Amino acid sequence: MKFGVIVFPGSNCDHDAYHVISKHVGQPVDFVWHRETDLSTYDAVIIPGGFSYGDYLRAGALAAHSPVMSSVKEFAGRGGFVLGICNGFQILCESGLLPGALIRNKELHFVCQHVNVRVETTSSPFTHELRAGQILSLPVAHAEGNYVCDDETFEELVSEDRVVFRYCDPAGESGELSNINGSRDHIAGICSRERNVLGLMPHPERACEDLLGSSDGSPIFRSLAATLAVRA
Amino acid sequence: MKAKVYVTLKSGVLDPQGKAIQHSVGLLGYEGVADIRQGKYFEIALDPALDSARARETAERMARDVLSNPVIEDYRVEVE
Repeated sequence: MKFGVIVFPGSNCDHDAYHVISKHVGQPVDFVWHRETDLSTYDAVIIPGGFSYGDYLRAGALAAHSPVMSSVKEFAGRGGFVLGICNGFQILCESGLLPGALIRNKELHFVCQHVNVRVETTSSPFTHELRAGQILSLPVAHAEGNYVCDDETFEELVSEDRVVFRYCDPAGESGELSNINGSRDHIAGICSRERNVLGLMPHPERACEDLLGSSDGSPIFRSLAATLAVRA
Repeated sequence: MKAKVYVTLKSGVLDPQGKAIQHSVGLLGYEGVADIRQGKYFEIALDPALDSARARETAERMARDVLSNPVIEDYRVEVE
């Protein structure tokens, strides 16, 4: 199995993702520059956090039109696994691989803290090693994480069990206070209809070692690696 | 030839920046401001050799595919 970490000008969590895959998951991984178009050697690609193209126009908008994203769309269409974290989630929404959009946080602030998210479904290649209802402590760092979508999309996400994570308090309850950015129905992460594309605002790659304050992000990468191992 | 593209948030989409601006102008004493919505404005210089139908088509396509996000925004194009 082989992982690719896409690198845009302005990506800044690419090395964190690379570190987690190479040292923590223990699998081969390459950086993939945004002008590259050949993803044929990869089983999974990670679109990391950061400020691709300086967040110009809209967060993720210019990255969504870069050459590598055409290949990521084909890759996802062939069943390849795609994990978009923070800016990566914004890019996935802008490119149409995931529905909806991420707009400015409700309170306008850049939110940088550890938050709790509840695992809403274990029926995904990214969460099958977690328990439904399990609460993860993960860091967030974003100004545009307020998930919006129209009613039809929302009904689809819910009825197809595609809401993967919701913001919650330490007891697992979702309320106005735990919804750090104003997202619709506390949504922190969603997956595609085929379940092979996941986008989330929190940073599991920054929470894979206790030294960093939490290792709750680790099972997400372990789940993905286990999925790939079975498929190989 | 110039295209002007106005990108505005769809009605119903929360505009926290517009709300913050509205709050500030209220504090500054401006009265009668019922609402402020923030948008984006693009001036695009187009090749003078393009005929106007082609120029409009190019600007419309750019506005739809890149300059706006159809999930949250509307756009309007003027070509002159």
